[in-house]
Amino acid sequence: MKLPSCLTVLALIIINKAGGLIYNRSFHEAGLNKLNTNDYLVLAGTFHGVHAITARLNPLKPRPGNRSSTASSSGPGGLLIRPEPPSGLEVLESENFRMQCFTTLTGVKFLLFTDPTQANVDLTMRRVYDMYTDYVMKNPFYQLEMPVRCDMFDRKLGSYIREINNR
Amino acid sequence: MAHFGPGKTASSKEQAGLRYPSNGKTIYHRPLHRTKTAELSQSSFAYLFSEMVSYAQRRVTGIQELEKRLNVQGHPIGLKLLDLLLTREPPRSQARPLTIIALLHFIKINLWTHLFGRQADRLEKSSNPDTPDEYMIVDNEPLVNAYISVPREMSQLNCAAYVAGVVEGVCDGAAFPARVTAHSVGGKEEGEMWPGKTVFLVKFQPEVLEREALFGKG
Repeated sequence: MKLPSCLTVLALIIINKAGGLIYNRSFHEAGLNKLNTNDYLVLAGTFHGVHAITARLNPLKPRPGNRSSTASSSGPGGLLIRPEPPSGLEVLESENFRMQCFTTLTGVKFLLFTDPTQANVDLTMRRVYDMYTDYVMKNPFYQLEMPVRCDMFDRKLGSYIREINNR
Repeated sequence: MAHFGPGKTASSKEQAGLRYPSNGKTIYHRPLHRTKTAELSQSSFAYLFSEMVSYAQRRVTGIQELEKRLNVQGHPIGLKLLDLLLTREPPRSQARPLTIIALLHFIKINLWTHLFGRQADRLEKSSNPDTPDEYMIVDNEPLVNAYISVPREMSQLNCAAYVAGVVEGVCDGAAFPARVTAHSVGGKEEGEMWPGKTVFLVKFQPEVLEREALFGKG
């Protein structure tokens, strides 16, 4: 069994706002274990829950209205700037794979599984998101929050990832 | 500070009908060539078109009707574009197209460049002797279909029916009544170069061919 070489994207999972799996695709057969559909659904739901929990696990409570606190609490005009809300789980690394989670402003989560040594995952993530906004969001036949069944998206994603994996 | 005071409503009651901007210039005062090189964001158009397709889809019961609706939406645009594009031509070539071939060349070159920034890919005459009135304009990648993936159960639908409507408007406006439909001929195989290839079939009415024949003789 061939080990995945460096710079490989292994799989992509897209989770909707409610935690349901709407897209699941593996790109490298030898990379990750094959699960059946039900397991992928459970995986997506579990991740959604974990993400929500980790978003709340913020031990540092920002102190409002305290003049001597750190500089970030008041801006140049004297207005109080709210510190950025903590995000949930973003990266999960293990010896065999690295998972990066990109949360969009609308609550859709993109999970990209790559080789641990892969560089520029942010760039890849961004391109995948661009393709999603183009070929899924602008498709009149796509219903929001439903599984993604767009031919153009599959094709463009496939050729992009194949280009990365075969470089 | 009240935004909707009584004074404002009184004046708007007197002013029924069209409102004119304060400097008195309407859209008819604008020079015609001003928007010649204007470009539109493809995303804006994609969202608008996507909504047009959904809107039509909610009101129809079949694919033919959906294509007909898109066709009807494009038709008035064709009528207006014919005049606009002929006006913008340099004075020497401003003649109305008088033959079928001239009209089709005008569509292939001028109309396509105005709408999509490039010419249509091919123009063919039907080689079938039973239908001498059919011509085909081939576009490898229609811009309006760039982001649309038609689901498998509707594979007969081609949203370029909208562009077919525009072409039909141009033909009707130039006194060459025709029926234009869009057909997808791109295959679904992996190695297909142009999966979205579309053929616009232009079928002229019989009186057009009669007139062509008379013109040819005279």
